[in-house]
Formats: sequence, C-alpha cells, structure tokens
Amino acid sequence: MTQITMTQAINRAIDEAMAEDAGVILLGEDVAAKQGGGVFKISSGLTEKYGENRIRATPISEQAIVGACVGAALAGFRPIAEIMLMNFVTVAMDQIVNHAAKLRFMSGGQTNVPLVIRTTTGVGVGFGGQHSDMLEAWFAHVAGLKIVTPSNAADAQGLMRAAIACNDPVIFIENILCYGLKSDDPGPGHVVPLGKAAVAREGSDCTIVTYGRTVLDALEIAGKLADEGISVEVIDLRTIAPYDEATVTASVEKTGRAIVLHEAVKQYGTGAEIASRLNEKLFGKLKAPVTRIGGAFSAVPMANALEQAWIPNKDAIADAVRTAVNWKG
Amino acid sequence: MTDTTIDRDKLRDIYTRTMRVARADEKFRSLLMTGKLAVIYYTVRGQELVSAAAMAALEPSDYLVTTYRGQHDQIAKGVPLNPLFAEIAGKVGGTCRGKGGSMHITHPETGVMVTTGVVGSGLPIANGLALASQNRGDGKVTMVCFGDGATNIGAFHEAMNMAQLWKLPVIFLCQNNRYGEHTAFADHTKVDSIVTRAKAYGMAGVHVDGNDAIAMYNTTKAAVDRARAGEGPTLIEAMCYRMMGHFFGSDFSYMPKEHLAEMAAEDPLPRLRQLMLDHQFTEAELDAIVADLDAQMDAAAEFAANSPLPGPEEIRKDVFEEEIAA
Repeated sequence: MTQITMTQAINRAIDEAMAEDAGVILLGEDVAAKQGGGVFKISSGLTEKYGENRIRATPISEQAIVGACVGAALAGFRPIAEIMLMNFVTVAMDQIVNHAAKLRFMSGGQTNVPLVIRTTTGVGVGFGGQHSDMLEAWFAHVAGLKIVTPSNAADAQGLMRAAIACNDPVIFIENILCYGLKSDDPGPGHVVPLGKAAVAREGSDCTIVTYGRTVLDALEIAGKLADEGISVEVIDLRTIAPYDEATVTASVEKTGRAIVLHEAVKQYGTGAEIASRLNEKLFGKLKAPVTRIGGAFSAVPMANALEQAWIPNKDAIADAVRTAVNWKG
Repeated sequence: MTDTTIDRDKLRDIYTRTMRVARADEKFRSLLMTGKLAVIYYTVRGQELVSAAAMAALEPSDYLVTTYRGQHDQIAKGVPLNPLFAEIAGKVGGTCRGKGGSMHITHPETGVMVTTGVVGSGLPIANGLALASQNRGDGKVTMVCFGDGATNIGAFHEAMNMAQLWKLPVIFLCQNNRYGEHTAFADHTKVDSIVTRAKAYGMAGVHVDGNDAIAMYNTTKAAVDRARAGEGPTLIEAMCYRMMGHFFGSDFSYMPKEHLAEMAAEDPLPRLRQLMLDHQFTEAELDAIVADLDAQMDAAAEFAANSPLPGPEEIRKDVFEEEIAA
C-alpha cells in the first residue's frame, strides 16, 4: 500500500477543501509559492492551483492574520490561519479568545466563526523556550474553541477535513517531529470526525490517555510492557477539547488504572482535567490513583541534553504504569 | 476641497438618522436616571451626527464593525430599535437574546457584524470582511468605527498595513472624540492628527469636521466610492467631541470646564438643525420627524420592558453549533 507523510496529508486535506469551496482560503506568513509555500511546506503547490487571493502570504502580523480570518469567517468563508509556531498565537490571543471563541455566543447564534488556526510546535528540535510550547490547555479553558492534534498522517488528513468543515473555530496543532511520519494512504476524501478518540492499542491492565506525538511514546512503551505481561490500552484523544469522555471513561472502567500523558507541562494541564473527571466518574472503581505525566515546569530548554530531560521520559512513563498495576492501596 | 453641495433627500436622511440616534440616547439616559434601567451605558452625546452622516453614505448591505460606544453607529446603520433596546436591557427579545449587551451588538441583517468591547480589535476583523468581499467580488464595503484611543493599540497598525497592502475595500472611521477613556488626546498621542498615521502606511487619509453634515457625508461617500472601485482603503479622521464622561454617570472632572463650554458651542444637534433651516426645511417638518421618532422610542422602551429575561438554558446554547451538555 502506498504511504503518505503527515505533511502530504495536511496539504492534501487543504487542497481538497479548496477545490470544493471557494470560501476556503489560507492566510499566513510565507505561505504562498513566492515565499516557498510555508516554512514547513504545508501549502506547497496550492498557490499555483488557487492563486494568491486564496493563498495569501501575510506580513508578520499575527493579530491581523487571525482578525482577518475571523472577519472572513463572519462573511461566510472558511479561512485557515497559519500561525507559524504555537508560541506566536500569544500575539493573537485577543482575536482568538475574545472574538473567534465568543462571537457565536455573544451574538445569540446570529454569526459563527468557521475558522481553523493551524499551528506547529514540538519539543526535541532545539528551538528553545519561545518556539516549542504546547499551549492547548490555555485554549481548552475558553468556551467556544475546539482543539485538535493528530498523531499520524492519516488522522492528520481526516481531522483537517473535519476542522475545515466545522462551523466553530478549531485550533489545529501540528507537532514538527510528526511531519515526516508515514501512514498507509487513506485515499482522497478521508474524514475523521472531531470529538472522537481512537483506541490506538487495546489492553486490559492500564490505560494511557494521550494525544499528539506522545502517542508514539505510549505505543512503544505498551509494546515493551507487553513483554513483562502488562497489557496497556492507549487512547489517542485526537480532539483535545471537547474530548471524547465516553471512550476514555469506558477504557478506564475496563482497566481500572489510568495515566494521562502529554508534552505540555503537567501543572494546570489537560491531564489535570481528565484525571479529575475520571475521579468524579469512577471513584470506587479505580484500582490505583490516576496519575499525570507532562513536561517539566520550566521554559523548554535549548540544549539537547536538557530538552530530553524536560520532555516526559519513556522510562518514567513505563514506571508509572508499573506502579499503577502494582498498587496495593 | 470637499464638495459642499448635497441632495435634499440625503440631507433629510442624515437629519432623521441623527435625530434617531439623539432621541434614543436621550431615552436611555432618561431610563437610567429614573431607575427603570440599571446597566452600564456609554452615551454617544456629542457624536450623533458623525455616524449618521457616515452611515448615510453606505448601502444597507455594507458591513459595519464598531465598538462598545457604538450605539450611534448601529442605529444610524439601521438596527431596528425594539431589539436594540431589548438587547441593551439584557432581554430575550434583544438582537442577541440578551447574551451580548450594549458592548456586543450584532445584527447581520443590517450589516452590523461585530461590536467589540476591546478597543482597537475591530480593525483586523473589518479587514477580513473586506477580504471576503474582495475575493467574492460582491461590491460590498466594510466600515470600521473606533475612537482616537484605539489608534495606539498594535492591532490598529497591523490592520492599517495589511489593508493598504491588499487594497481592501475597507474604511477606517476614526471618530476622534478627544478622549481615550479618561485620558485626553494630547496625553496619549504625540502626533497632532491620526491622518499622519495613514500616511505612514501609504494610505489615503482625510481629516474632516465630523459635526459638519455635508462635509462628513461627502468625505465618506468619496471613500466608499474609492473602496468600491477597488482603489483601496481610506482612513477618515472625523473630529467630534464626547460631551459626557466615559460611561454614563461617571465622574468627568478631568474634562476641563472651559473646553466643555467651548465644545458645547459646537454641539452638532443645533448646528444640524440650523443647516436644515438654511436648506428651507421648516420647523414644523423637523419637529414632525422628531415627534415620530419619540413615539418609536417609547414603543421600543416598552418592548424592552415587556420582553422576558433569558432563561438559564441559554448558557448551553451557542457555545458551539451543537448545544453543550448541562
């Protein structure tokens, strides 16, 4: 079977959506052909097909990029804003949090903002403190935003199609380290619905709930622990907010144990929300406390040795599973 | 030199829009003073004409983005009074079912797409509405209104640059009312005129007396025509004056008494009435327009008073397209 990289998959999803709907436009720094089709080449080849009116390279003006996309969305377009790196969304927070997220509600449902904000991030490429953050929890805290991140190429294609079709604003997080990942080609028209998690691996002793690049870590650890006789179920959330609580709860009810794993710092993160909800739903049925594993509580360091110490360590994740399985209460 | 002629019907139109704004503002202040309404209210006293003349130059289908002190813009653009009054009162019969309030009025049927409480943030959004029109070729123009204070936020500068870069059909209408909240223009901005900033972005910029109905209308019309012809954006700096405090009932001792007296002499309302008389409209004709408007205000206030409060179930609706769980 032919394979497809995540870069190709996201490009294809945008291409398909643009071919179907003239209201799909892409705005961002360097995205047009003249500037090289985006720093990560996601929009490569699209300017040639759809022209510079629809693939617009912008000035370095994050507020203006997101604001223009909010306005175009209000006028019935389905814009995609490329914010080159997730840390730069901080510059556009007003447009995202006060406008994109709230206009449907504040207008009493008269208007809506079908906008996708694509952004990239990832620890492990030596970009340091202002290019590497996972900030999904900030956005998950705001009513009105949907947050999506793929862990594989096929999902990236399908989730991007669903995000563009969504009538609400979606933050779409792409991990730089995943761009080269290959999946079996799902073919054209592939859609993965928002809000549906995937059981990435079935197991019976402990559940690891995760999303994005750390799904790969979880699968690797699950494979190793299987050799020790520990059966780990891996849930790939795919949509971080609103997350598929039914699938997560059902899995943890089955295994009785859960680890929530993410690349973002542990403190006040998505893991805290999921762990708390599992406590509320399954108190008395849990065989061990739900634990969280996340990045260190510091800025992401540049030096590779420090960066590797910052990110959740695979041995520590495996130990957390072993601790849960051997929990005596 | 701005054209000083104007069509008689257009003048009547501007007068009616101005007085609709003025009588609505008067009604709101009266409701607040008598305790019939208890909401935060940003009076537009002194700025009635600037938006009436500007909106008279737009088509009903053109887009408008405005700010928390935007009631004059919304009324002049055509938002119907009953739902507007009900929205400001937080009632279910409001434009936004009581979920927006005066600072967040939306009414797409009359082109009012966003009213924002965040100073200066409407400009980038206006660009997006204009970009959609440019791509569609629908001929619509987007106007975004803001005050002098908004010109110091980064979004203003990003949006001005982008609009000019892409020649978007957008009009940036700065209603320079001389105050950013409690801070006087000279204490927050070093340039003498906001038009200087248009020049910095290579954009057409026009300075106009916002209390001169004919100049204000003709200036706006010229900008609208340019935008529709694909010639790009214009910044209009319309001079006007906020005759009361930042919000109704707030202390405004920071506004010098001598300056207030000086500005009262330039009150746009008596000045417009005199202009109408100069153009052979009769006192009786003008009074009849106002009497009719006052009847509409009474009806709108009654509509708002009788409209129910929104129920708690509204909290779960319109967060997303699908209703969220309780």
